[in-house]
Amino acid sequence: MSELIESVEDVVRIPLPVDEEYVIRKHRLKSSDGSGQKRICIVTGIHGDELEGQYVCFELARRIREKAQCLSGIVDIYPAMNPFGIDSITRGIPAFDLDMNRIFPGNMDGDMNEYMASRIVDELLGADLVIDIHASNIFLTEIPQIRINELNADTLVPIALHANMDLIWVHGASTVLESTLAYALNSRETNTLVVEMGVGMRITKEYGEQLTDGLFSLMKELGIWTGEAPTVRKPIVAYDAEGEDVCYLNAPCSGIYIKEKHHGSKVKCDEIVGKIINPLSGEVMAEIKAPEDGMIFTVREYPVVEDGSLMGRILREKVFMENLT
Amino acid sequence: MTEEVIYSFKGLYRDDFRVKGYKFGEGEKSVCILGSLRGNEYQQIYVCSLLISELKKIEANGQLVKGHSIMVIPCGNPYSVNIKKRFWSIDNTDINRMFPGYDLGETTQRIAAGIFENIKDYKYGIQFASFYMPGYFVPQVRMMKTGNENVELARQFGLPFVVLHKPRPFDTATLNYNWQIWETDAFSIYTSSTEKIDKISAKQGVNAVLSFLSKEKIVEYHGFAGYKSRVVESEKFLSIRANEAGFLESLVKVGDNVMKGQVLAYITDPYTSEILQTVKASQDAIVAFEYDSPIAYKNTALFKLIPGRW
Repeated sequence: MSELIESVEDVVRIPLPVDEEYVIRKHRLKSSDGSGQKRICIVTGIHGDELEGQYVCFELARRIREKAQCLSGIVDIYPAMNPFGIDSITRGIPAFDLDMNRIFPGNMDGDMNEYMASRIVDELLGADLVIDIHASNIFLTEIPQIRINELNADTLVPIALHANMDLIWVHGASTVLESTLAYALNSRETNTLVVEMGVGMRITKEYGEQLTDGLFSLMKELGIWTGEAPTVRKPIVAYDAEGEDVCYLNAPCSGIYIKEKHHGSKVKCDEIVGKIINPLSGEVMAEIKAPEDGMIFTVREYPVVEDGSLMGRILREKVFMENLT
Repeated sequence: MTEEVIYSFKGLYRDDFRVKGYKFGEGEKSVCILGSLRGNEYQQIYVCSLLISELKKIEANGQLVKGHSIMVIPCGNPYSVNIKKRFWSIDNTDINRMFPGYDLGETTQRIAAGIFENIKDYKYGIQFASFYMPGYFVPQVRMMKTGNENVELARQFGLPFVVLHKPRPFDTATLNYNWQIWETDAFSIYTSSTEKIDKISAKQGVNAVLSFLSKEKIVEYHGFAGYKSRVVESEKFLSIRANEAGFLESLVKVGDNVMKGQVLAYITDPYTSEILQTVKASQDAIVAFEYDSPIAYKNTALFKLIPGRW
């Protein structure tokens, strides 16, 4: 009977100027039953202000230990790809003011961050599946979803269907996104799904449980988990490469946004979803109405808005209808 | 000279956000010069202020050639400058990663779109730019190799170096790249500093722009014609990196000639002063970039060298 072998290992260790080392670590859970095992990598914390993945990392390990005999492969958990950021409530890489998800695939001969990015890509390459867990940002709450670049839709959408998410959003390709970890890995034939769920600086336990269920379902599909996998929900799949499935609600003025509808709410065209108020004058500056029937899948959490700030995204009703057929 | 607000929106508790342009002459949109897009680019604003002062005199003396208009935008992001934050005040996004912008998008996309709409039709576009790492540059004109770059035009600035670099994915959202895509001949000028005002290199930057305008017969200007520029591909720069982390003690300055084997800097243990690394030049070269921070991280490019001598 196979046994669970656990280890905490360094992925990167670099000396810092003053009596400290920069360390990125992984938690490996592995079954003892021989070679040729499949590997799933759970990555999170590339943005230091996104914490939803923290609970998933914990919960995944906890559940594996509960039924360790069902593990038949390797699960690598990377809870903090940007440890400086997590420690200092900083989205990017502190001291460098860089967005870590814009420096991949990195460069082995580059500066400290480029070197780290390169080491991370090397580390993850060849995995059977990588899940990169994000949590929107501090401004927006997202329903649990997977975002897929249209370039990889054929390969990734069938996999993502097992992830127990509410939405799969296939978006258009963009040159800027070529610097992301997911692009770096997918373009090197390592399948990588990007999860967005919840909100920055917070942990939504319910979403963490939902995704953990999805991870067991994915592991079952890959043959890494021989135990029972939870039944997963059927997500809405939005093939939005042309940008026609989603309405964006951008603030028409600066003010304080008071939301009237939560994420996941169904709305009708012209229904009020929120308003922008001015606490100084006591006026309502703008009523924000749904431009079409649909479902709010992104909602503004941080109330201060300025001209253009994103207050929400609505998935158009037609996408639901397409998913029913 | 006329002063105009090219983009604005109302703040909630702050004064309105305004991007101002200073326009000289009438006629063909010949040259647009832009200073800071980030909150720490003081030198870039300063250079523009000197340029505006010079162009006022040139216009008053009738030395601005008829049929040309010049726009100078000293600052595309006063909100961030005034709170001493490099990127956008609320969400830390970088306006210079938002071009060509989107007028119905998020705030910095709208700002980029608002600025770009006003400046995209100029024949020449010049941006006073900064590097993401703290440090000093030898004055240079940088151009992205988009296929539309015009190296001979870049030489007209008379700066010591014209540097060509291959765009990386994130470069495609910069102003310089998009200017070129919209068929503006675009140049980024790096004077020596960013967060500190360096008057000498600022004047060199002003002189470079006026020399360019003169050679392109947009203004009559009889200042120093500048250098015969050397064209260097950025991949040819030699990066001299820190192999250790610690305090950095530099012994050379940007612009210095250095010899192969010459000691450029020491990295020392911050607690004991023990020398951890003696940083040496790998060949005879000119110091084109000098990192400016008391501490060095491992792998930091402490110097970038251009092989050869002045």
